[in-house]
Amino acid sequence: MIKNITKESFHQEVEQAKEPILIDLWAPWCVYCRRLSPALDRLAEKFGDHLTVGKINVDEQPELAQELDASTIPTLYVYMNGGHGEKLVAPASQAQVEAWLQEQGAL
Amino acid sequence: MERSYDTVVIGGGPAGYSTALYCARAGLSVLVLEMLSAGGQMATTTQVENYPGFNEGIDGFDLAEKMLSGAEKFGAVSEFAEVTALYLSENPKRVVTSSGTVLAKSVILATGAGPRKLGLPGEADLVGRGVAYCATCDGMYFKGKTVAVAGGGNSAAEDARTLSQLCEKVYLIHRRDSLRAEKVYLDPLEKAGNLTFIWNTQIDELLHGDKLTGLALTDRVTGAHTTLPLDGLFVAIGRDPNTALVKGQVELDQQGYIVADETTRTSVPGVFAAGDVRTKPLRQIVTAAADGAVASHFVQAYLQTL
Repeated sequence: MIKNITKESFHQEVEQAKEPILIDLWAPWCVYCRRLSPALDRLAEKFGDHLTVGKINVDEQPELAQELDASTIPTLYVYMNGGHGEKLVAPASQAQVEAWLQEQGAL
Repeated sequence: MERSYDTVVIGGGPAGYSTALYCARAGLSVLVLEMLSAGGQMATTTQVENYPGFNEGIDGFDLAEKMLSGAEKFGAVSEFAEVTALYLSENPKRVVTSSGTVLAKSVILATGAGPRKLGLPGEADLVGRGVAYCATCDGMYFKGKTVAVAGGGNSAAEDARTLSQLCEKVYLIHRRDSLRAEKVYLDPLEKAGNLTFIWNTQIDELLHGDKLTGLALTDRVTGAHTTLPLDGLFVAIGRDPNTALVKGQVELDQQGYIVADETTRTSVPGVFAAGDVRTKPLRQIVTAAADGAVASHFVQAYLQTL
């Protein structure tokens, strides 16, 4: 499942999520974000209910972008039980994202 | 039991999907292995105006999706996995990926190229903190700021134009005294009021704190050293081929490109190179697509010898 996350929904959808949620900070003008997007769609489909993808448009949500230190995009985080680990910036492949998800214990 | 294909294409850019299209239409079983998403470098270009037939221009990402679905329509299979090792001297060839191993009677190397780095100390750490390689991608970060473009070809000229529309001030720094870029890329630069050319100059050092703060420059003619304060540097000095996977297995030229002529045949029978990754005079979407068609012709000829 893929959700759009805003400043208003962040607490409930991300910090209080019961299942792991992969946060993707992106912007419409970011071409690499667009290249990554189909890969994240495929991961969302592959892992179904066990992994949600939450997308944060940094143009629309500048406060969230700042809070989450997304100075370079795409920036990814995995939130589990209200906390998160190391971020992943501009991954080169879908496999790299999957390996990182496994390291984070999200899969 | 491992899956086996007549041809496995490594790389889902225009070269890869053109090969897949032609091979599929010739009745061959084709697998395209792409590690991220269709398009490669093409998918980072929002406005492609020089691919024949799209006279209103087309978004590179969309063109990539069309190429993918075109190939799949005729039976090509796409898998989004990363190739981690290749055994090209074996027959069938063995392709090891992040999702398992595949056997191939023939392999097409269509892994493309990436932007060349300046090779200056600290450059990798400053990516995202002042150093960038794609003006379309990262220009927005420097809106209203001061940036420089390093390079002398079409990409450098195009990046300078893009940035002159976004930034307060743009410097175009080139090692020589004139640009290699074609006229259509140079004309807009004459008109930009906030662009300054810095000729015969090399960049010696990236000055920085947390982020890039400036460049240490040397005039190659006079020997004079200067410092140029700025917020961003766009490196547009060419491409490096993605050939790490095949080093030692196929012949590479001095710059690391796979040696293959118009036939796309490499030094190893049954292995072909298509697109930016091979030795060629012009790297464009259209020449990559052309390679795909030609590769298919020679793949078929090769398969008949098995």
